[in-house]
Amino acid sequence: MSASIQSISLSGRKKQVSNKEMTFWESLYLIAIVKGLLITIKHFFRKKATIHYPEQTREFSPVYRGQHMLKRDELGRENCTACGLCALSCPAEAITMKAEERKPGEEHLYREEKYASIYEINMLRCIFCGLCEEACPKDAIYLTISKELVPANYDREDFIFGKDKLVMPLEMAMKNAQLKNAN
Amino acid sequence: MKVTIDGHEIEVAPGTTILQAARMIGGEVVPPAMCYYSKLKGTGGKCRCCLVDVTKGSDADPRPMPKLMASCVTGCQDGMEVASKSSDRVKEARNAVTEFLLINHPLDCPVCDQAGECDLQNLSFEHGKLQQRFVEEKRTFEPENIGDKIQLHMNRCIVCQRCVEVADQLTDGRVHGVLNRGDHSQISTCVSAAIDNEFSGNMIDVCPVGALTDKTFRFKSRVWFNKPFNAHRDCDKCCGKTTVWMFGNEIQRVTARKDEFHEVEEFICNTCRFDKKDVADWVIEGPRKFEKDSVINQNNYTRKLEKVVIETEKGILQGRDIDRKKISMAEIDYNEKIDGNPVNSKKNG
Repeated sequence: MSASIQSISLSGRKKQVSNKEMTFWESLYLIAIVKGLLITIKHFFRKKATIHYPEQTREFSPVYRGQHMLKRDELGRENCTACGLCALSCPAEAITMKAEERKPGEEHLYREEKYASIYEINMLRCIFCGLCEEACPKDAIYLTISKELVPANYDREDFIFGKDKLVMPLEMAMKNAQLKNAN
Repeated sequence: MKVTIDGHEIEVAPGTTILQAARMIGGEVVPPAMCYYSKLKGTGGKCRCCLVDVTKGSDADPRPMPKLMASCVTGCQDGMEVASKSSDRVKEARNAVTEFLLINHPLDCPVCDQAGECDLQNLSFEHGKLQQRFVEEKRTFEPENIGDKIQLHMNRCIVCQRCVEVADQLTDGRVHGVLNRGDHSQISTCVSAAIDNEFSGNMIDVCPVGALTDKTFRFKSRVWFNKPFNAHRDCDKCCGKTTVWMFGNEIQRVTARKDEFHEVEEFICNTCRFDKKDVADWVIEGPRKFEKDSVINQNNYTRKLEKVVIETEKGILQGRDIDRKKISMAEIDYNEKIDGNPVNSKKNG
């Protein structure tokens, strides 16, 4: 059976439009008003869509991606080896870095013989897609669940986050190590 | 002589090896080779990556060869039929060889300067497994300093002995070789003497892994962030034809030109390689092209780039030209220019 293109309704919501005259009861709109009110009243008994924000907060999605952090391991050494894969995978080209060779005596600071002396993320460009985290072979960069993405600022320079803002604080690394030992 | 490799027929001269015949055909049938190097005599037969299945010995003796043959050292015979990639037996053998080569390899690609142009990386990408069954401790060596131009990482070495052949054939007197045997074998200069021959730098290009790397390029950049250009200069010692790897206006590394099989076209001298890092030393011919799936193409610039002119920029900035300054990596001047002035000059704030 071949239906003509005019009679097919892919969405199933197709309605024939008619221009017929309204009857007397219809032209009073009484029934229509009551119908509309019923819909409004029904919404009083529904679950509310809004929340009282500062007092109540919504649960975050398990895949929520906040600000970046460069991880340290349990001994407080930086994981990043400046391999450049995060910069390579970044679709917004927000990441730049410069590698340096670890000198003798710096073994407690950096985990491998190469480290990033400069590591910058341009937060004006970053789209928080998380591809850098996925590309990282050393589990160095990851996107935290911090609620604040990028704090507001006046100068464009302040949105270039260097290692001072990105590297995990030493106390946090120590705390992580303690938690790991406790378990 | 007629040889058939994976269904492709080719006419070759007597004395051609199967690998050379496969390279004449090109494409998928070419077996990977880690130790064989067509420019160096006596290489091949060590790594077993290039194993192929000879399904028909020759017209005179059509029996198949019972074992897989190393194609780089097996000569072609008339009427020979070879299965390279089409054979499951070959694939399995190559997977096993890859796993074997990676047993003692430290897998420190994030640190290694060779990453991106490494033959072992390519091999394991195609034939490697994601897991490693080897749980024992890897073989390690004491770091050794073999001079200020070449960096030796013995842990990464797969003992292909290409560099030894370079030292043997290109340079006058061999100053380094393989010490010890088996699992303990390592590349070393016998008395840890510095390598100061004029052509010793070629062992960097010849090395299929990151065991021998350029010390002047050490950790400077990753290869896919560089822009490789073909360049040449008048050199009294070598052909002077090279690839220069640039970052901004800075030449970070000079290598010989490598062909599609990652073999150098012509060897270059150490003066060209290590000492000429100024753009004025070179005549730049144009961008160097790489195979389609190479990561170096990430930095694709082979098409002509027009400078982007933002027409509304003047209105947006409203005379505050100070806002046009470079804000990322501000303290590093890699010779990036704004309007012809260096980034850190006064004219750019």
